[in-house]
Amino acid sequence: MLHRYDTVIVGAGLAGMRAAVEAQAGGSCCVLTKVFPTRSHSGAAQGGIAAALGNEDEDDWTLHMFDTVKGSDYLGDQDAIEILVRAAPDAIIGLEHMGTPFSRTPAGRIAQREFGGHTRKRACYAADLTGHVILHTLYEQCLRHAVRFFPEFMVLALAIEEGACAGVVALDIATGELHTFRARAVILATGGYGRAFRISSNAHANTGDGLSVAARAGLPLEDMEFVQYHPTGLFPSGILVTEGARGEGGHILNGAGERLMERYAPKMMELAPRDVTSRAIQSEINEGRGIGGGAFVHLDIRHLGAEKIMKRLPQILDLALRFAGVDALREPIPIQPTAHYSMGGIPTDNDGRVRRDAAGAVVPGLYACGECACVSVHGANRLGCNSLLEAVVFGERAGRAACADLPRLGWAAFPPAAEAGVRGDLAALADGQGREPFARIRDDLQEGMQRNCGIFRSEGPLREQLDIIRRLKERFAAARLTDRGRRFNTELVEMIELRSLLDFSEIVVAGALARTESRGAHYRTDYPRRNDADWLRHSLAWTGPEGPVFDHVPVRITRYEPKERKY
Amino acid sequence: MTESLGKYTFRIFRYDPERSARPRRDTFEMEVSRGMTVLDCLQAIKAEQDGTLTFRRSCRSAICGSCAMNINGKNDLACHLQVALLRGRRIAVEPLPGYPVIRDLVVCMDEFYDSLMRVLPWFVRKTGFPDRELPQSPADRDRIDNAVNCILCGSCTSSCPSFWYNNRSIGPGALLKAFRFIFDSRDEARGERLALVDGRDGVWRCRTVYNCEEACPKGLRPNEAIAALKIAALKETV
Repeated sequence: MLHRYDTVIVGAGLAGMRAAVEAQAGGSCCVLTKVFPTRSHSGAAQGGIAAALGNEDEDDWTLHMFDTVKGSDYLGDQDAIEILVRAAPDAIIGLEHMGTPFSRTPAGRIAQREFGGHTRKRACYAADLTGHVILHTLYEQCLRHAVRFFPEFMVLALAIEEGACAGVVALDIATGELHTFRARAVILATGGYGRAFRISSNAHANTGDGLSVAARAGLPLEDMEFVQYHPTGLFPSGILVTEGARGEGGHILNGAGERLMERYAPKMMELAPRDVTSRAIQSEINEGRGIGGGAFVHLDIRHLGAEKIMKRLPQILDLALRFAGVDALREPIPIQPTAHYSMGGIPTDNDGRVRRDAAGAVVPGLYACGECACVSVHGANRLGCNSLLEAVVFGERAGRAACADLPRLGWAAFPPAAEAGVRGDLAALADGQGREPFARIRDDLQEGMQRNCGIFRSEGPLREQLDIIRRLKERFAAARLTDRGRRFNTELVEMIELRSLLDFSEIVVAGALARTESRGAHYRTDYPRRNDADWLRHSLAWTGPEGPVFDHVPVRITRYEPKERKY
Repeated sequence: MTESLGKYTFRIFRYDPERSARPRRDTFEMEVSRGMTVLDCLQAIKAEQDGTLTFRRSCRSAICGSCAMNINGKNDLACHLQVALLRGRRIAVEPLPGYPVIRDLVVCMDEFYDSLMRVLPWFVRKTGFPDRELPQSPADRDRIDNAVNCILCGSCTSSCPSFWYNNRSIGPGALLKAFRFIFDSRDEARGERLALVDGRDGVWRCRTVYNCEEACPKGLRPNEAIAALKIAALKETV
């Protein structure tokens, strides 16, 4: 089936729906989304969204900017970070005016709490359900503006003709039919890829489909070696326990009952940035100082008192009880670092236009925003609460840029073979000659990424992981689909998702192998120092027949020269 | 290693109109260990025993609402229900009742989503905005706390006999959404919304069966919201 829209948005989390509210004003617009909009993983964000509102502490955007630059281990592009933090207060007020039910101070202002790496109370929150309330509010705004949704549509290919984006081909999951969407502008907002790792805070849907689709269209991915581990994933499942628990005053304790952060970040303690805190916890675990020598430590919030916990951390209380059998009012919560966020992604300029090369040339008609994009405002390590902010600020900018560009964007010729190509791909996926269930291939990928490309990395395991991925690709080529139906074929969906995971995992590992330094979330035990002389630059990676091919882009430094990073 | 809880039997509703017009129940046996949720088991069955088993799931942390289904007779989220806490070793898994089944445990929720549209489901402000946030006291914010935590999983409306009897009934899920705005001190469409829910398909279709209270996996009590709406409708509409 053929559709025509001025703007097609892929993904209905915070970034996609914020872009939709904007794009709706400038022409016809629709949103394709693999899960129903309110099921998007933005809703799982708990702790807050950062802005220097100054409701609880004196604050201004320059402080937010410095914290973010330092948090990024100086790899963030400072012009983009300045845009982000200066836009933040208005973005939050904008969300509030849409009805977002933020928690309040006694004076009736939006409440703000402390958060890792932020030196002021800057995290605007709604208890520990901040992402949830913003996601639902943006969905309500999309209903108000009569945004056309195509829920449970999965994008399979980006149509690029003569260098310009002409639209997308998508699978209607409910019917199994392919749909072609012609568009003048396509905005990718498909989120992250935490499912490449065994222990992950991410939803099953977070398989980086947008990254894979872009890479398959011959576009580069930026800084993919930087994967954030959240320090406090619930043990054993890895689901998120908000940093807000520490923002409210929670402690992290090792097996000896010591506040372990004293050894790693004596000044900021539990409120050090996530890369520092996750490494600290993993070091304690590796050195046998987990609880009972096990693979977890404790997050203790008991001293906050029942009233504060029930008021500000109700979801944590519920999750700890249901998933770990722990009453967090009376017992400490078992936690472990968990794969959480991808700093890297589809390279864009500061208005979401997708960059195609190191010189910054853009792909006409193609935009990206949110976690799937790399502007880069997070550099080598994102601060908590800056991702919801990025999604909202750059979602709006991408939507607005697409609208502004529409008059210049024609209807690029749609490659006639696009839909047939996808059909052929799907047939090939379904008809492998092997007998291995593909779920086993996914397990092996996640296990290997966890073991060989995790918090601590070094050359040997990374090389081993590259081999593993190449072998997994061969096994995947032989894997067979058992569900031959068309109607709501989730096995087919999972298989396409696994193809995505395999696609960019190779880039993540090859990038980590190439970057012979330690910076932010990327830590090489064989190169434990940051190396600004060689590596103060972004990686761009293309998928090549012999594996990923790299180029590099300098970091844009406007205000703060790189310094040693201490917390 | 994690402690084994032994073998469990899952009796699962199956329906695939491409293959047969008649639904059936399939039985799967599997070894369950402590800590596994019903969703973990469904995933394991799909991965190892039957790749055609079809269900929705995403966040696996009880916030996205995808995996709402009927488990041992009660609507709940498969992802946050520990198998160890269920009675017995035979677990019946069915789709949410009241909605048309697309395949196996996947239902078509269009009626539920459409019901939201009948309560003006977005924030309305008529008198304009200050430069800063609209002020709201913590107490005023607390009044809507339950309602804003709703994840739109559809479990409540699925359990409502009034909705089963008449799918034009707005149903508890959408009425909770109405409550969320009507009792938001910042919203300025209280009268219009009350009029919308005051009709015979609105709050008065509620016969206080309270299935919705039991069905809500987040413990939100849509029944109390409906009671508050009834009182407001009686007092404030003519």
